[in-house]
Amino acid sequence: MHIKSPGINAIRWRYKPVLHLLLIMPTVYLLSFLFLGKLGANPVEVITHETGEWGLRILLLSLAVTPAARIFGAGWFVQFRRLIGLYCFFYILMHFSIYLLLDLSLDFGYLLDDIIDRKYITVGFGSFVILFLLAITSPIGIRRRMGQVWTRLHQLVYIAGVLGVLHFLWSTKADDTEPFVYGGILLLLIGYRAVRYLKKRVKSISTSRARPTSEFAKHFSARSESY
Amino acid sequence: MALIRIPAASQLTENTVTDERLFRKRRQFIKSGMAAGVGVSLSAYFPALALASVQGLSEKIAASPNTMKVDEEVNSFEDITTYNNFYELGLGKGDPVKNADKLKTDSWSVAVEGECAKPGNYTLEDILKPLDIEERIYRFRCVEAWSMVIPWNGFPLSALLNRFEPTGNAKYVAFETIYDKEDPLPGQKRKALDWPYREGLRMDEAMNPLTFMAVGLYGKIMPNQNGAPMRLVVPWKYGFKSIKSIVKIRFTEEEPETSWNLANAREYGFYSNVNPKVNHRRWSQARERRIGELFKRETLMFNGYEEEVAAMYAGMDLKEFY
Repeated sequence: MHIKSPGINAIRWRYKPVLHLLLIMPTVYLLSFLFLGKLGANPVEVITHETGEWGLRILLLSLAVTPAARIFGAGWFVQFRRLIGLYCFFYILMHFSIYLLLDLSLDFGYLLDDIIDRKYITVGFGSFVILFLLAITSPIGIRRRMGQVWTRLHQLVYIAGVLGVLHFLWSTKADDTEPFVYGGILLLLIGYRAVRYLKKRVKSISTSRARPTSEFAKHFSARSESY
Repeated sequence: MALIRIPAASQLTENTVTDERLFRKRRQFIKSGMAAGVGVSLSAYFPALALASVQGLSEKIAASPNTMKVDEEVNSFEDITTYNNFYELGLGKGDPVKNADKLKTDSWSVAVEGECAKPGNYTLEDILKPLDIEERIYRFRCVEAWSMVIPWNGFPLSALLNRFEPTGNAKYVAFETIYDKEDPLPGQKRKALDWPYREGLRMDEAMNPLTFMAVGLYGKIMPNQNGAPMRLVVPWKYGFKSIKSIVKIRFTEEEPETSWNLANAREYGFYSNVNPKVNHRRWSQARERRIGELFKRETLMFNGYEEEVAAMYAGMDLKEFY
């Protein structure tokens, strides 16, 4: 299968705006429900949970971009990856800020206690720190300057995903269906890459020829990738 | 065990006059209730049919004198009846009010079993007829670190238990929530917990003057989503000890099984007293969010009822008996 790129202008002026609109929707609904007083008796809890869950969902979406690009033969999908990743951080930043401000009253002593004593906070904070690093290194200039280090650093997104799922799982009281569903999706996405990686290894061992430059390689190489 | 009732300090300060703030709150509630009648949220109130059919009970509840209160703002009727943990009616906080009509409370009876002189099946009418109804405003602290202040209507549990004449072997009392395998409630179709929901108290805890059986709140018949027709209220323990929609009371010599302890013994002990110094295995219990407030507040030892209950646990390591 091969889905042709609609061209730079269509991507910039049609596809990306639509994606922005979709990814901001959860914020719009949360804010409007908040002001309409429709978030129930404990709106802080609802917003904390919703921003966390949307952050995780969008993280999984960002990890699905590359496999989708390969499966649909659409390397240009990759141009959406940074946008999606930054929305993930946007939701997780809200999630963390609400916790820091409203649960901990901005007390960094409490924060330190929680990070040390509470397993689900430890992993959640770890995930947040990774996503923070990825977000601040996302501008194209920084990326170019970092070279190979950037690629290595951004592979930490898998760790952020695993920590995020654990954070969710360890914070639930009775219903752990959702964290297990997300955990399953994450395993699939990581598994997809693991299988590809292993296949490549086997291939490169059996055939010592240099890899031909494919249509994808062009899109996936840092240099040619434009966001 | 001798059943000696020592009136607690809070009982001595009994005040049967409704204070002005509460009075105004009630007015406000009636007004907002009427507004709701023509508006949308009529669905928030599902009065228990079984209670409505008990002759004169609505009036008794409405007229019940206040015997205990706290110097804190009472939560709104809407908050109390739309934000519930009642897994039998769904796992989400908003599910119980949505599924409230699925709980059928007509022709309710309570099976009384075990170490007592008068076991048997008691109808609600049997249970309620000789009892006076009073109003008590208690703090309610959930193990999930949120809390409310709730005006309950009901009677001290001891007044009920004494009528069944527990024997000397009755060291504990166990309770069970409604569960029909053939016709489960919406939340009971999934095994979120090992149904039926079970709870228990040590006999001295059950007989403590604070321990309350509620059949109403806000001067009205208990709404289904809050555990109609009859639920326990143990204000110094985490909310899950306050078992809802009770169909069985059993006096036992051994410590009874309790649902959350069966689900996760490391996280939920038999006692489950509110204690800011003993944390949940996974999260802190030092602070809580009072529903309606933005920032968290400090959690009080025994939820603020230390004076009335601390003596029962003298010499016990509360970290071990969590």
